[in-house]
Amino acid sequence: MILNIARKELKSVFSTPMGWVILSLILFVFGYYYYEGVDQYFQVMSGSMRPEERKGVTEFVGQNLFGIGSFVMLFAVPLLTMRLISEERRNQTLAFLFSAPLSLTEIVVGKFVGLVAFLSILIGFVFLMMASLNIWAEIDYGYIFANLIGLWLLLASFAALGIYVSSLTQQPVIAAIITFIVLFGLLMLDNLIAASQNEGLAYLSLMRHFQPFSRGLINTGDIAYFILFITTFLTLTIRRLDADRLRG
Amino acid sequence: MNPIITVEANQLTRIYGGRKAVNNVSFSLNKGEVLGFLGPNGAGKSTTMKMLTGNLAPSEGTVKICGIDMMENPKEAKALIGYLPETPPLYKELTVDEFLTIAARLHRVSSKNIKNAVQKAKERCGLTEMSKRLIENLSKGYQQRVGIAQAIIHNPMVVILDEPTVGLDPIQIRDIRALIKELGNDHSVILSTHILPEVEMVCDHVQIIHKGELVFNGAIEMLKQQRQGNKLLIGLHQPPADLNALKLQGITQVESLENGLIRLHHLADESPAEAFVRAAVENNWGLHQINPDQTSLEEVFVSLTYQEQPYQEQAIQAAA
Repeated sequence: MILNIARKELKSVFSTPMGWVILSLILFVFGYYYYEGVDQYFQVMSGSMRPEERKGVTEFVGQNLFGIGSFVMLFAVPLLTMRLISEERRNQTLAFLFSAPLSLTEIVVGKFVGLVAFLSILIGFVFLMMASLNIWAEIDYGYIFANLIGLWLLLASFAALGIYVSSLTQQPVIAAIITFIVLFGLLMLDNLIAASQNEGLAYLSLMRHFQPFSRGLINTGDIAYFILFITTFLTLTIRRLDADRLRG
Repeated sequence: MNPIITVEANQLTRIYGGRKAVNNVSFSLNKGEVLGFLGPNGAGKSTTMKMLTGNLAPSEGTVKICGIDMMENPKEAKALIGYLPETPPLYKELTVDEFLTIAARLHRVSSKNIKNAVQKAKERCGLTEMSKRLIENLSKGYQQRVGIAQAIIHNPMVVILDEPTVGLDPIQIRDIRALIKELGNDHSVILSTHILPEVEMVCDHVQIIHKGELVFNGAIEMLKQQRQGNKLLIGLHQPPADLNALKLQGITQVESLENGLIRLHHLADESPAEAFVRAAVENNWGLHQINPDQTSLEEVFVSLTYQEQPYQEQAIQAAA
């Protein structure tokens, strides 16, 4: 049942221009940075004579690509999540899901899985780009996979938060703006309060948990953080929808 | 054979911010019956339907679908219901086929039967030619049909339709009514409507709900009886000076109406029409019209919905 809803979501993303436009735009940006990375590699490396200045091609291009990845998706994910629930609420199609033999958990998780599947397509393309380096160079698959997992978890967290915000309002645009602001805040939390030494708050920053992945380090603590983050917001969404049923 | 009870609502109450939108509504419906829900705007029809379908949790009371409690086993209960809300819930970016396939899938139609189910639902609602069209581009009437199609696609025991004929043209309305009657043969159907003749045409049972309370609950015959008021409406070119001369055998009361017609009240078991025509010819009254005068359903409806709280009505009038 979860998969059926996920399929429905994927279908509706691709039956509007929205899905295609976002997909192509993001791939364009990714492709451009990938090209830039490869292009600059030789220029930069020919300039760095000492061995410690030298970097592998995977790391060099990867940094470029994954660095821009999290930034671009900060804009793209709110655009994708904004309509998930708010639009159904506005078009009164939620009744269609509510009166089908589905639990609220299945509905919310289904929508989440559908969106993550869409995002996985993007991540798949990023992987293909990186793997294509293998044609003429030896690449560090461990580093790529750590980065991919990190990006995937980060995007899934974005999506979970976006779905929750979308369940709070009837206006997709408002949902997108709020999601963007909150995500931006959470990413930058680390930077904003670096001076005040407030470790507890800085620990909540998404960026702080994403960075180890981008260095190629898979840390269970960080994975747990992302999973908790996702679970929290999905649970909140379920509760929000349940409140609809109870309070109307 | 005992009739199978498909829907059982027990003391349903729904409170919105201290106001009782639905108050203590209880009824049950047997298999193969069509129940019509009548009521003025804001009477609580839609709220009741939302509670029956599990879209809204009742503040008090229970709903049972074929004996399955909606609160305790919502999934099993919902699987037996097909629901068309007031606004048809349509994903307008999809085509009719795509949407109905999703509807079938979500209602647990097994994957090998989905094509069949979609085909059948389209045939029943007259949508076969619209299969590949985007729902967005369909007219309101066709969108309404898609809404009905998604409600019946899984062959549910109970079909609940909230104002199914709104926005349809007269021919479509006739088709949909025929469809509802057909559904009523082997499913139970609950429908709400503003159109009173519609209730008379398709429903076996009628419920009139007013200010959240049931004010009438019974077979359609009971409503029809209230309607046939043992009256004749006649038009005379040369009426006698004394209208009491019209009081023939069995006629109890003569009433002159503003539009020049005359209303005759007669006894329930007598039909004085024939005798009256003869008398009219003999006396040269110039009879040009004679009709059984039926109280319109509207009048029955109005009298039922306004009887309920006469004191309050009076208070409002006094205040105004």
